[in-house]
Amino acid sequence: MTGRVETAGRRFGARTDLATIRALVRRARNEIIRVPGAAIPGVLAPTIFFLGLTAVFGGLTQLPGFTAEEYQSFIIPISLLQGAGFTGAATGVNLARDIEQGWFDRLLVSPAPRPVLLAGLVLSASLRSLIPATFLLIVGFAVGVSWPGIGGLLLAYFFVMGMGTLAACWGSAIALRFKTQGAAPLMQAGMFVLILTTTAYAPIALLQGWLADIARINPVTQIVEAIRQGFTTGTVTWAETWPGLVALVGLLLALGGLALWRMERTAE
Amino acid sequence: MSRLLLNLRVIVALGRRSVRQTFRRPQLFAPILVFPTLLLAIQTGGAGSAVDLEGFPQVNGFLDFMLAGAMVQSCLLAGNSGGIALAVDLEMGFTDRLFAAPISRFAIVAGRLAGTAAFGAVTAVWFLAIGLIFGATIEGGVPGTILMIALVALSATAFGGIGAAVALYTGRASVVQGLFPLVFVVLFLSDAFFPANLMLEPAATIAEYNPLSLIVDGLRELVIGGVDAAAVAEAIGAIALIGAISIGLSALALRRRLRLGA
Repeated sequence: MTGRVETAGRRFGARTDLATIRALVRRARNEIIRVPGAAIPGVLAPTIFFLGLTAVFGGLTQLPGFTAEEYQSFIIPISLLQGAGFTGAATGVNLARDIEQGWFDRLLVSPAPRPVLLAGLVLSASLRSLIPATFLLIVGFAVGVSWPGIGGLLLAYFFVMGMGTLAACWGSAIALRFKTQGAAPLMQAGMFVLILTTTAYAPIALLQGWLADIARINPVTQIVEAIRQGFTTGTVTWAETWPGLVALVGLLLALGGLALWRMERTAE
Repeated sequence: MSRLLLNLRVIVALGRRSVRQTFRRPQLFAPILVFPTLLLAIQTGGAGSAVDLEGFPQVNGFLDFMLAGAMVQSCLLAGNSGGIALAVDLEMGFTDRLFAAPISRFAIVAGRLAGTAAFGAVTAVWFLAIGLIFGATIEGGVPGTILMIALVALSATAFGGIGAAVALYTGRASVVQGLFPLVFVVLFLSDAFFPANLMLEPAATIAEYNPLSLIVDGLRELVIGGVDAAAVAEAIGAIALIGAISIGLSALALRRRLRLGA
């Protein structure tokens, strides 16, 4: 009898948790619908960087050892990840705003478990990151980015959502630590450094000195290469994909754990 | 006290406030120094092999080539941040109190621009220090270094005028903040990060005619070639052109604001 009650309680709890997550995701969606202008910088910035970097550094493909024929196909994974990074960081800024305005305190006194609150935040970021990615891909294909195949496209979307989640975990951890929108540059700079200290501009063999060393050990390099394979070769292989998956899971565990830890400590 | 001296005191006081305000707010400070420094480091490491491309100018290293671009990027962002801060002052009513004070209205805007100019000089020194620490050679020597600091401060004033004009016209910080992506459009369409002859079309052609390229070229020549009077004169000409337009627009926007009382 007791066991049945416990099982029913868990089921009820899971249902409530899901409803809470859905409500938080819906709130984030409403923000986009009601203030569409707020989403523009997150869409515009990576697109400008994509077009600008292609125009400026496009000549790098002439270097011996460069592994792509068109620079736009080489650089698009970086812009996709930047878009997701900006979106995730924006989640951190929004959380800091909610903390400043006292709205988050009301969430904290609700019976919703802290991990569920965090899940609502990062899931909304993960879904929102699809907006800049889709816009970028449309622009990219218009300016000659190679078709990555359906598999390559789905893989790109999957990693974009993963990066959006990572960035939201980072942004949330920073927001919960500093509790002010003034920490926004730290949220953005963290993702900026993580994404750009990879094979962002050139293949690893052409990177200079310290950047080559960091790119070798930066797990995001594996994510970049996993996305890039479809755009530069037109095919997706398991050998090129699994290191990216491992890197993503590892980073999610690390940054998700950090965000959760900050969330648990937030009322102390 | 003469009127000129009084206005100078106002400009210095407001300029000092502007610099302090920028250093105190990470949202204003980070885009001016932190992001261009990170971008400089990453682009130097990421695209450094470009010096091997045929047609790339003779340089000691890619960092030498990139320093001028980083300085101009900082100046543009300093101008934008100055505009945001001015718009915040307008939103919060601080500027209204200044308008009510017995001081020249122009001194109010000039004070903000003086702060932006000072910050421009700081960024020049910052990037010169980074360059020297990481092995760049300033071929222009001490005169070239002094010229660079002066040119960067003047550029910051000229770009600051654009931010001030938009702030005075709209009175909204969010609108000035919206110029942020445009800063990068202008930068990418100049030879700030790469020689124009190696850029892809149509960016290469636009970069040839972009006045920002003249400023970058003038600064870059001081790093990679030495003091070249023609390049410096072209840079000063471009700064004067941008400055005249931006400060003229600021004056018009200020007059409109005072007339409408908005």
